[in-house]
Amino acid sequence: MAEAALRTAPLDRTRVLQWLQTYGVYAGVALLLVVNIVITPYFLSAENFRTQAVQVAPVIIVAIGMTLVIGTEGIDLSVGAVMALAASVTALYLGYGLLPALLVVAVFAAAIGLANGALVALVGVQPIVATLALMVGGRGLALVLLPQLEDLRNPGLASLGSGDVLGVPYLILIAAALALLAAFVVRRTTFGRQLLAIGDSRPAAQLAGLPVRRVLIIVYVLCALLAAVAGVLATARLQASDPTSLGNLMELSAITAVVVGGTPLTGGRVNIAGTVAGAVLIQLLTATLIKHDLPPSWTQIAQAIVIVCAVYAARGRGKR
Amino acid sequence: MTATKTDAPVTAAGGGPPKDTGPEGAARKERLSGLVQQHGALAVLVIVSLVASFSFDSFATGDNVGNMATSSAFLAIVALGMTFVIITGGIDLSVGSLFALGGVLAAWGSRHGTPVALLLPLVVCGGIGVVNGLLVARSRLAPFIVTLAAMLGARGLMLALTDEGAETYLIGKGSFLAELGQGTTLGIGNPVWITLALFAAGAVVLRRTRFGQHVYAVGGNEDAAALMGAPVARTKILVYTLSGLLAGLAGALNAAWLASGVTILGNGMELEAISAVVIGGTLLTGGLGFVSGSLVGVLLLKVIQNIINQIGSLDSSYQQVVSGAFLAVVVVAQTWLGRRRRLL
Repeated sequence: MAEAALRTAPLDRTRVLQWLQTYGVYAGVALLLVVNIVITPYFLSAENFRTQAVQVAPVIIVAIGMTLVIGTEGIDLSVGAVMALAASVTALYLGYGLLPALLVVAVFAAAIGLANGALVALVGVQPIVATLALMVGGRGLALVLLPQLEDLRNPGLASLGSGDVLGVPYLILIAAALALLAAFVVRRTTFGRQLLAIGDSRPAAQLAGLPVRRVLIIVYVLCALLAAVAGVLATARLQASDPTSLGNLMELSAITAVVVGGTPLTGGRVNIAGTVAGAVLIQLLTATLIKHDLPPSWTQIAQAIVIVCAVYAARGRGKR
Repeated sequence: MTATKTDAPVTAAGGGPPKDTGPEGAARKERLSGLVQQHGALAVLVIVSLVASFSFDSFATGDNVGNMATSSAFLAIVALGMTFVIITGGIDLSVGSLFALGGVLAAWGSRHGTPVALLLPLVVCGGIGVVNGLLVARSRLAPFIVTLAAMLGARGLMLALTDEGAETYLIGKGSFLAELGQGTTLGIGNPVWITLALFAAGAVVLRRTRFGQHVYAVGGNEDAAALMGAPVARTKILVYTLSGLLAGLAGALNAAWLASGVTILGNGMELEAISAVVIGGTLLTGGLGFVSGSLVGVLLLKVIQNIINQIGSLDSSYQQVVSGAFLAVVVVAQTWLGRRRRLL
């Protein structure tokens, strides 16, 4: 009897670990929801849910792009800088109307993404350094274009930031649509398959005749475009362009969401739903600590612990 | 202006037409690209400094050079630890937070005397470095993500110590700690002397000790190093510990220099340190690098910053654009050189 228990114990442990790796994020989100419903007053109000969702939407949008990049075994540190750049370019070109301004933002973001992608795919620079250069330079460029905070008055931008459909803010709808689109692209398109193959093994993908360089460049451009969308939406919500602080440390929030969501840093596997849940988990954790008057320092320490636990739980997956 | 100068080594190395393809020419070319890799940053530093001292009257003055040296010292100490970590093929993103934490701990501890003020940051930051090293080496987690968590955790700890950043601890005048940060010896600031001593020691350790050889071996090929019998895990734990210790020490010295534990420092410092190390010719893939290059990289960043301040009409955000562009140029050049050397 005892022998049998001993023999099955390790098996159960691996099974538990496996279960945690796949569903740990969702369990964490559910746990935080239940805990909050019990201990936090007014947590179940629609207003609270809307606030949390609107706050987390830009992070989700950036994290989707980051998930794709990490799926190719890359990383993109420049997303925060692209958000800042999007904010300052929006402010500069808003005079020509909302749509032209958004187009110019897209051009700038695509240029940054193209530079990242070219450095990584054509020159062969490591993603972390290539995007580090664009991160430093991109934020500098944003500040050169618009040195200080500027209030924006544009009805179109205002409705983008605070409008809603049947009580659901545009921000949430856009984030949800982008998440669904990304999940579809990864699962159902040739491009998605190629992306995963490259992340799994770049030499093998090359030998199999996949367009490695093209896919990598497109992934970095997509990531920059998504970061720009997040930057524009955040600017629209603020009703002001703030290139100094918008998107600061966003790269870390996005990477955290991706890692907590179960996408391994080693590439070859992409979990968009997990990323969304990861971003929501961190948001709920922060909100819980803030609502109970715990200082922000605790939030950071808690976030650090969550990251280490998530990576530790995901550790076995890379080896198999 | 500086950006055009930095193009010089790239064209010299990457654009060199392959005229003579004989064995002698190949060897010469390999030697040349090795030289550019090692001393390219130094050459650019000399050129930029010369041009700047001819262009700006106030550049080559004793005061300005002294200021540049002292303000470089703290980043240089952090970059020294980062060099060791990067040579093993790792990365340490926690140094900026540890720098801030070290400064706050030193200022807080200075009320209990200088030994406490110096030991406390070293013990705490070194301890966090040990945890980083254990998670990387024993649990085999990615260095990037481990030190990212440490970065958040250390900054949280620092904020918790300072009442969410509202409290700034001061360092009393006249104490030994204040003298260490603010005093001068032979007309040169003490932090500069300490930095030079640390770099000399670092160079000796890396080049002349068994530990240094293990650092290179682990970064060159971890499996091969393990097969040769090099203590891979111990070496990794040691380099992360060293990086944590040096970041804490740099923070403590900086606090002594400023006479207070400023809580907003160190943001983005990890990126500056990585840039300096990469500019100095250390490969991020590990296995190749040297500490003198990192010193040159730090000086180069600070000289560029100083020149942009001298120009006056440009605000400091241009400095970020130039630094970013410069880093991109350097890594492209390095990748080209590396590829060329492999091909030959």
